[in-house]
Amino acid sequence: MNVGLEVACGQQTNSPEKDVPELIDKPSKIARHHHIFPTYTLEFPTLPAIMPEIASPPSPIAVPPQSSSPLHILPPPFTDSNLTVLTQGAEALVYLTTFLTPSTPVVLKYRPPKPYRHPILDKRLTKARLLAEARVLVKCRKEGVKVPGVIGGDYENGWLVLEYIDGVTTRKCLDEWVHRVGMKVVQQDRERGNAERKLEAAAENGVQGEEQELWDLMRRVGSAVGKLHEIGVCHGDLTTSNLMVRKKARSRTEEPHPWPAGRQTASAIREAAITDVDAAPSPAEPMESELSGDIVIIDFGLATQTIADEDRAVDLYVLERAFAATHPAAEPLFREVLKVYGDSFKGAKVVLRRLEDVRLRGRKRSMLG
Amino acid sequence: MAAVRTFFLPHYPTYPIHICMFQDVSNAAYLRSQLLEANPDFDYAFLDAAMILSASHLLSASFLALHAHLTHRSKTRTPHSELVFRLHPNPNIGEAYKRFGISDSSSTLIAVKFGKLSKREDGKGDMSGEDVGKFLGEVVQGKCVDVGEQGEEVERFRDLGRIGKVYKVGAPGNKNGNGNGNGKKRAREDADGEGDGDTEPVDKVLEMEMVILGMMTIKGS
Repeated sequence: MNVGLEVACGQQTNSPEKDVPELIDKPSKIARHHHIFPTYTLEFPTLPAIMPEIASPPSPIAVPPQSSSPLHILPPPFTDSNLTVLTQGAEALVYLTTFLTPSTPVVLKYRPPKPYRHPILDKRLTKARLLAEARVLVKCRKEGVKVPGVIGGDYENGWLVLEYIDGVTTRKCLDEWVHRVGMKVVQQDRERGNAERKLEAAAENGVQGEEQELWDLMRRVGSAVGKLHEIGVCHGDLTTSNLMVRKKARSRTEEPHPWPAGRQTASAIREAAITDVDAAPSPAEPMESELSGDIVIIDFGLATQTIADEDRAVDLYVLERAFAATHPAAEPLFREVLKVYGDSFKGAKVVLRRLEDVRLRGRKRSMLG
Repeated sequence: MAAVRTFFLPHYPTYPIHICMFQDVSNAAYLRSQLLEANPDFDYAFLDAAMILSASHLLSASFLALHAHLTHRSKTRTPHSELVFRLHPNPNIGEAYKRFGISDSSSTLIAVKFGKLSKREDGKGDMSGEDVGKFLGEVVQGKCVDVGEQGEEVERFRDLGRIGKVYKVGAPGNKNGNGNGNGKKRAREDADGEGDGDTEPVDKVLEMEMVILGMMTIKGS
């Protein structure tokens, strides 16, 4: 956060006349050496003069949100490539780019060095975590669990190139569904806002086909998670956002991707970075096709190779909380997930029993004894 | 003069990679002896075309080799030997040459040349596609095969059974379904030269490719 602020200041001081290429170039030079803290003391005095400019931006996108502006300098060979930021987590930045051929879209996951850690420790942690993630992904892929494949990487420098999954998150599917159901109920009956009622109302309203697809989606989620646990992998951060529904057309040869292959203009990058990724796909597409794709589990940054019931149960518990957070109406949906999960592999029933315990005490085991 | 295709990888746009493929090669033993003598003119990666699964497979290994070379973390002496090394799932250079390099009896080969890396005192390090084609046309006794614009033809001579064995994917009972017998059968079809073994199990080959790319990435860790 601190670094971001400093970089933003650097932008403003270095190029007050808002020259766009400058905006992109200058902070990179500063950020590259940000751990040395080169000239900030010199630059800070000029800051107040700039402040009014920040307060009243000339256009709505003049001050990009700090989390989405490219704050970090990527290691070679990506240093000079212009990449689109997809998301940012606590540990990693996720970019969209191309790899091997200009028409192969891939995801670049970069774990930037943390300036507050000792460099040697930082290197070791980054390497260990990145490798753990890559190993789990390769293992899943080998065993036939649907996950993004590892295409390349450099664990010394903290980056990993992963297969790009074209699709939407389960979370978005659920949100849209909740939204639509909500609308229907409002039209039908403004007084009964009860969650269970909504489900019934939706069914009565003749959306059974769609409903059916959603239940089917839940079943596929259940079996996907079951398969993952069966091969001895626990995800560690199983949320609805980490379950993607792949778009049906998955052959990579026939599908031309709209992603820019080469260099982009600076403004295009900013635009892309500012636009929320979830909002990017056109909402005009029919829901049916969205719901019927494969479930692909993503983000194995916290994954572990374990067969402990406790870890599996915690995985399910986390997922349950994610469902509950979407909407109270999603609760029966999750019951369907568990039902399928229970039948998906030997030992799943034990996990479900353990889940009851986890529900009572929460994700963390009590440390009191 | 052999037909050479030059590829440029995204993110390394200034490093051309020349790829050239031959079939019915009769002097593999000579080429191999030149490699063993470390003749600087033969600073190429000569690969057994049967061991290359796809263009992505080859390009990915090339990328890793190029990247290792440019970030000074090569495990081998030259980027070309690094390419052979990177192809193998285990960090064993000799084994890698045995599996992926040409043997005296190889009849199909893929030659890869990094166009901009070789350090030669006489300044002949940088090679264009034409130079490479001319040189290979002279030294390799065989029929040149165009690898295609996207390199899609490099898979023409592949032997899925052998590839699966080296990477230990497609063992019987594996969920990938690339049973050993299955793989061999397909390989024989491929060897017929029409490559129609590809049409049906495309998904399985893609699946295999993805696993192999992952294994090459995490090897030696």
